[in-house]
Amino acid sequence: MHLERIMAKSSNLPDTYQRSPIMRIKLSFIGSLVGIALIGGSGKAVVAQSRNDADARAAFMEAFKVFSHARCVNCHPAGNAPLQGEDSRPHASLRLRRGADGHGVFAIKCGNCHQAQNQSGLHMPPGAPYPLIDGAEDQAHQGEPRWHLPSAATPMVFERRTPGQLCRQLLDKTKNGGLTPEQLVHHVNNDPLVLWGWNAGEGRSAPPLSHAEFVRKVEEWLDKGRACPR
Amino acid sequence: MAHIMFTLNDRSVTVDAEPEKPLLWVLREDLGLTGTKYGCGMAICGCCVIHLNGDAIRSCVTPVARAEGKTLATIEGLSRDLSHPVQRAWLELQVPQCGYCQPGQMMSAACLLAQKADPTDADIDDALSGNLCRCGTYPRIRRAIHRAADIAVGKGGPQ
Repeated sequence: MHLERIMAKSSNLPDTYQRSPIMRIKLSFIGSLVGIALIGGSGKAVVAQSRNDADARAAFMEAFKVFSHARCVNCHPAGNAPLQGEDSRPHASLRLRRGADGHGVFAIKCGNCHQAQNQSGLHMPPGAPYPLIDGAEDQAHQGEPRWHLPSAATPMVFERRTPGQLCRQLLDKTKNGGLTPEQLVHHVNNDPLVLWGWNAGEGRSAPPLSHAEFVRKVEEWLDKGRACPR
Repeated sequence: MAHIMFTLNDRSVTVDAEPEKPLLWVLREDLGLTGTKYGCGMAICGCCVIHLNGDAIRSCVTPVARAEGKTLATIEGLSRDLSHPVQRAWLELQVPQCGYCQPGQMMSAACLLAQKADPTDADIDDALSGNLCRCGTYPRIRRAIHRAADIAVGKGGPQ
């Protein structure tokens, strides 16, 4: 449900993707093509400013260093249970299950242990809150944790994905939670669960790129025509 | 200090506490409800499970601020007259050995049964694998949950 709110909000973003298609066409004459693509379902034309497949692939490979890091992979597992630690091992000794909504099942739901913030100390449960709504705390979920896996219907697996597989998955609205490219940028730029990767609590490493650099690489990949590694 | 209000075992409660203070210690120290136990303090063992709006949370890592405006139930509130199907089944099958983990086991069992009236063995594993019992009473816990499910639908006669 919250994703829908994020998506609704992102449609009003003063994002460069939202500009008039005509204004967005910029020709590049040296070694690049002008790429034009439509965002499926949104009705908005998105024009790659200066399509360059090699640059797009290179940018994605940089971003992939983050996507494939344990902070991201552990909650985007190939199975139906979360992973943990730098080595992405099965989560503790519990028999954890994703559940239909990704929040766990019965008496073992993610938010039963994980809070809206990290707990201090080694090996304590990490946590993250719900996203802000129009810059303010989400009153409906005040103080509540949003720790969870992707839903069973859209598991968004990162674990053991090659760069090419993950790239194509991120662009496929049937597999990425229905995100358009601009919503994907908004997600990686703003979602507290993504931001948590760089504030993961004691004993947990951060991804190899800074968050700002990661977002820039995702934007660059999309701007340059969103070509995928093979 | 913060002024925090919630419903606890069907009664309105107000506490003055540091917002980050774990609910476990508010229950035990400030409100005198010592049925909820301290085990690991890291949300691993399940001794401290209580219900928060029906979810089986680990009170040892849950800040009391999260309880604001919500409905809580502890082992003392399952029922006052031992009529809850989980209490009846636990007594009937004499589940506990040392008993220390049992409040958490029972609260997790009650949470499961509230969501699935007739759980399978796999459901029980999914729901209670986070409740550890050093005495190894797991076989009796499993039987008691099935028994509680029967009691809840009126099949409460002698086995």
